[in-house]
Amino acid sequence: MATNKKIRILIAKPGLDGHDKGAKVVSLALRDAGMEVIYSGLHQTLDQIIQSATQEAVDVIGLSIMSGAHLPICQKLKAMMQEKGLVHTKLTVGGVIPHQDIPKLQEIGVAAVFPGGTSFEDIIKGINSLFD
Amino acid sequence: MGVAKYIKNEKDAIKEVIYQSGIKVKPSYGPEDLEKAGFKYEKDLGAPGEYPFTRSIHPQSYRSRAWTTRQYTGFGTPEETNERFKLMIANGQNGLNVAFDLPTQMGYDSDHPLAEGEVGRVGMAIDSLRDFEAAFKGIPLDRIGSGLTINAVATIMMAMYQAVAEKFGYSKNQISTTPQNDILKEMIGRGAWIFPVDHGVRLVGDSIEYAVKELPKSNPVSICGYHIRESGATPAQEIAYAFEIAKAYIENVTQRGIKPEDFVGRFSFNLNVYGNLWEQIAKFRAARKLWAKMLKEEYGVKENKNLFLRGLFGGGGSGLTKEQPENNIMRGAYYALGAALSGAQTTALCSFDEAYTIPTPRSALLSLRTLEILMDEVGLRDTVDPLAGSYFIETLTLEMEQKILEEMKEVEKWGGMVKSISNGFIQRKVSRQAYEFEKGLQSGEYRKVGVVPVSEKGTDKDPGSEPAAVELHEYNEAWAEKSIANLKELRRTRNGKDVAECLKGLEKAAKTSENVMPHLVKCCHAYATVGEMAGVFRQVFGEWKEPDFY
Repeated sequence: MATNKKIRILIAKPGLDGHDKGAKVVSLALRDAGMEVIYSGLHQTLDQIIQSATQEAVDVIGLSIMSGAHLPICQKLKAMMQEKGLVHTKLTVGGVIPHQDIPKLQEIGVAAVFPGGTSFEDIIKGINSLFD
Repeated sequence: MGVAKYIKNEKDAIKEVIYQSGIKVKPSYGPEDLEKAGFKYEKDLGAPGEYPFTRSIHPQSYRSRAWTTRQYTGFGTPEETNERFKLMIANGQNGLNVAFDLPTQMGYDSDHPLAEGEVGRVGMAIDSLRDFEAAFKGIPLDRIGSGLTINAVATIMMAMYQAVAEKFGYSKNQISTTPQNDILKEMIGRGAWIFPVDHGVRLVGDSIEYAVKELPKSNPVSICGYHIRESGATPAQEIAYAFEIAKAYIENVTQRGIKPEDFVGRFSFNLNVYGNLWEQIAKFRAARKLWAKMLKEEYGVKENKNLFLRGLFGGGGSGLTKEQPENNIMRGAYYALGAALSGAQTTALCSFDEAYTIPTPRSALLSLRTLEILMDEVGLRDTVDPLAGSYFIETLTLEMEQKILEEMKEVEKWGGMVKSISNGFIQRKVSRQAYEFEKGLQSGEYRKVGVVPVSEKGTDKDPGSEPAAVELHEYNEAWAEKSIANLKELRRTRNGKDVAECLKGLEKAAKTSENVMPHLVKCCHAYATVGEMAGVFRQVFGEWKEPDFY
């Protein structure tokens, strides 16, 4: 990606969980860091997330998951991204994610994992580094 | 240093302290501060149990009865939750605080496609009365009250609670339930809303009206400053927004021709305890006084018992850290101390492992023991409102009162709570504050023990992060299978004609202004499912569209 192009990211809240403070503060931080951030709002189905990502032509999908369902959700979404041709879009996930699940998420093809407690700086660096 | 703002000089001495609510704290306080603030014992405090109840709503407070402990409990199947309920009761807990899984909270049955992966995960899965029968089996419902943490479909769960009690042979006059049922706060934080704002408020109104007429011992709504605070509000805003929400519900119910005197005594509150100790204590004392004053002066409520600010002061989730989770055990103890010094009637504590997992039996019991130590061991039951008369606490309480009133005025300037939420004012304000606070925490402007600011990462001040030794509560795929199998079996064996008829009655009520509650009770008795009942509401009311939060 050309360095002068702004990274476009969809911050998405999949599923039924409504704890959106994390998604919202990270959206604000990424926006302040110069990214173009689209926030999905709550209670999104995976189909809706794929649709928004396609329509908005985002470079990154950033999922925020607190419910503990990150493994099945990421697995399913990754497969749907493949199917719908979103092969260049990176998938990242943040939220309540136990340490031991990080390798499993990487195996599924999640490009970066930001468990609760990750600083804004590390999230911004982590996302930027996906395009180095 | 802490969640307040501390400005220090080069020798690390504190020059200025500013609390989250915007109050500056002086190095010391004396009689002149009370005089300056116009403090009068009769007007501002009164004796415990006397108007304006700043000190306590009861004259004897914990002398007559220790607080009620209600740890938030529920996961997996109703049978499993029932076991945990019984464990907590056997260990001295005297009320229940029921957690539901997300599909139940959002009005979907366990076999709905959107429920996949979520059944029984963050609370117990309830599809029909059959599940309530399993969950409350053997619990003395005339003695143990139940808080039901459910909002968008609180009317359904309240009806189901009545139905299960009747099924077990109790009358609806004997049971005490407190559904959370505060839909407006879901729209600010927590996010378990379904229907548009007006319909959501109407359902709250229906449940209050029904409780006034039919459920004499139940408290139909628990207004939650708690989650608003978790979402980024200051302590003053927590109370101000909770009161503005209460006003929206009061307005809905009075429009039905019911006087505030006849129902406001049934309101309870769920408020947060984390943060600066003194600020919390002042907050609770100011809140008790303001609530009583507002009801008396604005709504003409006369009877003392209807002026009480009752509720659960507890939790403290946002104060806990993921780093060094064992520190949360000590944090919880201090938060609970603050709640006890504030005269909390009911309490519960977040468990130390909640940044990682649903609490294990061990961590849930540890929270319960923490609460017991305060009451039974170190002397919090000795005397009522022990901090009364402190120059500092009384000045701070008066200042907090002013801050709360300022925040309420702002909401009223925006046109009240329904409007402020519909157009996203509150959500934007609270998210922005959460962002600023989080930035301050990461930069080291605010300090939490064990949390290393970004600038100190990798220096000798950084102990490095070791994976925490937390035992995880495992999600069991079998829960969903069992729930779905039970649901199939239910659909096959119940009387389908009855169900259809009850649902038709419910639809008719939803479309008009008829109270939906009696219909819901009928639906529950006929074993209609949560998804079917909520489905009727979805079809009649539609779903809410969130305003943009930027």
